[in-house]
Amino acid sequence: MLDAKVPAGHISEKWSNAKFETKLVAPQNRRKFEIIVVGTGLAGSSAAATLGEMGYNVKVFCFQDSPRRAHSIAAQGGINAAKNYKNDGDSVFRLFYDTIKGGDYRAREANVYRLAEISVQIIDQCVAQGVPFAREYGGLLDNRSFGGAQVARTFYARGQTGQQLLLGAYQALSRQIEAGTVRMYPRTEMLDLVVENGRAVGIITRDLVTGEIQRHAGHAVVLATGGYGNVFYLSTNAKGSNVTAAWRAHKKGAYFANPCFTQIHPTCIPVSGDYQSKLTLMSESLRNDGRIWVPKNPNDTRPPNQIPEEERDYYLERMYPSFANLVPRDVASRAAKRMVDAGYGVGPLKNGVYLDFKTAIERLGRSVIEQRYGNLFDMYENIAGENPYEVPMRIYPAVHYTMGGLWVDYNLMSNLPGLFVLGEANFSDHGANRLGASALMQGLADGYFILPTTIAGDLAPQLNTPVPSTDSPAFREAEEAVREQINRLLSIRGSRSVDSFHRELGKVMWDYCGMARNAEGLKHARQRVAELREEFWRDVKVLGEGESLNQSLEKAGRVADFFELAELMCQDALHREESCGGHFREEYQTPDGEAQRDDEHFAYVAAWEYCGTGKDAKLHKEELVFEYVHPTQRSYK
Amino acid sequence: MSTLNLTLKVWRQAGPNEPGRFEVYEAKDINEDMSFLEMLDVVNERLIAENREPIAFDHDCREGICGSCGMVINGVPHGPKKLTTTCQLHMRNFKDGDTIVVEPWRATAFPVIKDLVVDRSAFDKIIQAGGYITAPTGAARDANSILIPKQVADQAFDAAACIGCGACVAACPNGAAQLFTAAKIAHLNLLPQGQPERWSRTVAMVDTMEEYFGSCTNYAECEAVCPKGISIEFIAKMNRDYLKAKFKDRRAVVKVDMTEAAG
Repeated sequence: MLDAKVPAGHISEKWSNAKFETKLVAPQNRRKFEIIVVGTGLAGSSAAATLGEMGYNVKVFCFQDSPRRAHSIAAQGGINAAKNYKNDGDSVFRLFYDTIKGGDYRAREANVYRLAEISVQIIDQCVAQGVPFAREYGGLLDNRSFGGAQVARTFYARGQTGQQLLLGAYQALSRQIEAGTVRMYPRTEMLDLVVENGRAVGIITRDLVTGEIQRHAGHAVVLATGGYGNVFYLSTNAKGSNVTAAWRAHKKGAYFANPCFTQIHPTCIPVSGDYQSKLTLMSESLRNDGRIWVPKNPNDTRPPNQIPEEERDYYLERMYPSFANLVPRDVASRAAKRMVDAGYGVGPLKNGVYLDFKTAIERLGRSVIEQRYGNLFDMYENIAGENPYEVPMRIYPAVHYTMGGLWVDYNLMSNLPGLFVLGEANFSDHGANRLGASALMQGLADGYFILPTTIAGDLAPQLNTPVPSTDSPAFREAEEAVREQINRLLSIRGSRSVDSFHRELGKVMWDYCGMARNAEGLKHARQRVAELREEFWRDVKVLGEGESLNQSLEKAGRVADFFELAELMCQDALHREESCGGHFREEYQTPDGEAQRDDEHFAYVAAWEYCGTGKDAKLHKEELVFEYVHPTQRSYK
Repeated sequence: MSTLNLTLKVWRQAGPNEPGRFEVYEAKDINEDMSFLEMLDVVNERLIAENREPIAFDHDCREGICGSCGMVINGVPHGPKKLTTTCQLHMRNFKDGDTIVVEPWRATAFPVIKDLVVDRSAFDKIIQAGGYITAPTGAARDANSILIPKQVADQAFDAAACIGCGACVAACPNGAAQLFTAAKIAHLNLLPQGQPERWSRTVAMVDTMEEYFGSCTNYAECEAVCPKGISIEFIAKMNRDYLKAKFKDRRAVVKVDMTEAAG
């Protein structure tokens, strides 16, 4: 059993207790510490900026050409906070409750409560930085509602909330770079974690422009490297998003928790052809005003506007009257899949459902809709070639977020001392399904408020210990292994491109480890992924050299890791013989097709220990105890 | 669904100090629903099959928000469609038989790294010089204690929508970065929270900008190509603030001028 180091006390006092009990590093001593932060999304940028402000020496790495481009930038809809500005009955406890329930009772209560508690400070912090949140005419902040909640607690900046929050964190980070507390390494990729005597002491990186391999040591290493949705090839993630930093840490001993918990977002633009390189999300906020439907007659070929009301099936409103179009993501996604699988799909490939704004435009006027969602509508029109003010959007679920990630304790430290993991890269707060507008909240809670407090507990005992030497055998061996892998990839000179392997891997994962899974399919997928992995290492073609910018080489290293991760995802999905949140095992469903949890046997976090490529990982469990929210069958009816 | 046969002339350059040249590729059977970058993906897959190195280009989100992508397409940064990044430009905007010339951003401040990839780190330098509000974590008061009229918040947002792609610089005959810099200055200078550092911020950012980039002579090409529709009115605002800051030497002034904030 894993110890999550949850502090004692009533849930509302745990974080205060933790803050008091954690050792401190005095301001004048902070400059004696070197901290490595990998990733510059919301979690990484906010952590690095805050650590710099506090006086620590920080090195930050990102693979993009500027920290401002990390994928948090693409988040559209909003960020939750229990401010209760709308006076609609919200509270810290209710946000906590909604998140635990939304996660289908597979998240750790103490972490989630802390997240809800900190949510209010995040909004204050961001406004102080100048984040231009939407406002009412009187000058107060505006809110909207999101899936899985019956209150309006989501703060937003048009459809570009992630962009504005990330720019806020990036600007705070820039201030520290100028001040000299933070050194920034853009276009630099982490390729290994260095572990010495069981402790994380540094990383090996590759400069993506010159190919130079470097060693960096620190008193602590913080990974804020995002999620692994691109294992499916097609996802809403940025093309560069990858699992490499987290996976290589896993191979060095960090446990990977709940890897099969992936979120399929219900409202994305459907695939239009086999050249498709990524899928585009249409924000969940659209479900506030859009109504989802399919024709009652599966063979109806009329354009949507000619299909009369009585011949439309607004299936979410029919099946879930109290939450209707705002049911959580997993529920909405499965419902859409069921409709399309049953032949009710719309569009040229019959692979979508309608998201219709006609009623809202009639009720509120076009200009209100334009103000709320203008940029999303433009984006849709650009991609789909249809005007959503006149024709309903066509949408279909797509891989969007990964709840799984490296296992961390309450202090956000992995099982490897000195290795901290933040944001989407860790597994902690969303259980088996994340609610909308909660990822931004978690990234910033981790980065601005939690890590800068908890890391002191790990650093304090190291006071006056020098930064670990990069000349040690641990660093040498890690660097050699990195060089070896690069040389190996470049020397295969096989017949298939990296992308062709990635696409095939993604298809296997989507078909067998996607929205619905079963034992037979998962076994098949695992076998097939292993075969593909072997073929990859025999036959991949990576042209060019390692000593300059080589995008094929970068991709090859990332895809190699996705293969190994995919096998673990299948193993995890197969072992979890229940359905919960985004993990839907066809064998385990209620009579009306909802996820059927098995709390007696699976109310735990599955944290996997790496035991070698192609070998079964070893399972460690963290038992989940629910003292404050009693698990029930989730109902949004 | 129709397909296109295109001729591409693409700038290829092995490294920062290598000579570059145009190479011609036939792009056949291109689906009109593809994005421009998906078209390049297809071309790259074909190049790899012929054992030729694929074209290097920056890209990431492919949703028009990260600002990574950008190439000069037939002489226009981000190509022929207004208010669109390269990744959101779809092939239905081209005709069968077209010849398309693809180049990297051309600007002294953005040296080529490889093929279509350039170094835009000078933008980060401008932000580091003062493109922020000093608000260390933890010191903030309740968010609703600062009232910001909707029009002010909206205008600040319009400026803050800049994605830092660099098209403005690439389009400018002088290689100037006024639009980028002015957008960030306007975002922060419009807000009440941005007032204490308003004058010092403006001077520091403008001076840093001038170290790296050319001078603005009001061609307004930047506005024409900006994928986010950032208005050159922000440049006028920036110039006004810069003059005021210099002329009155108001760097040390910390008075919050709410009237100006609202204007």
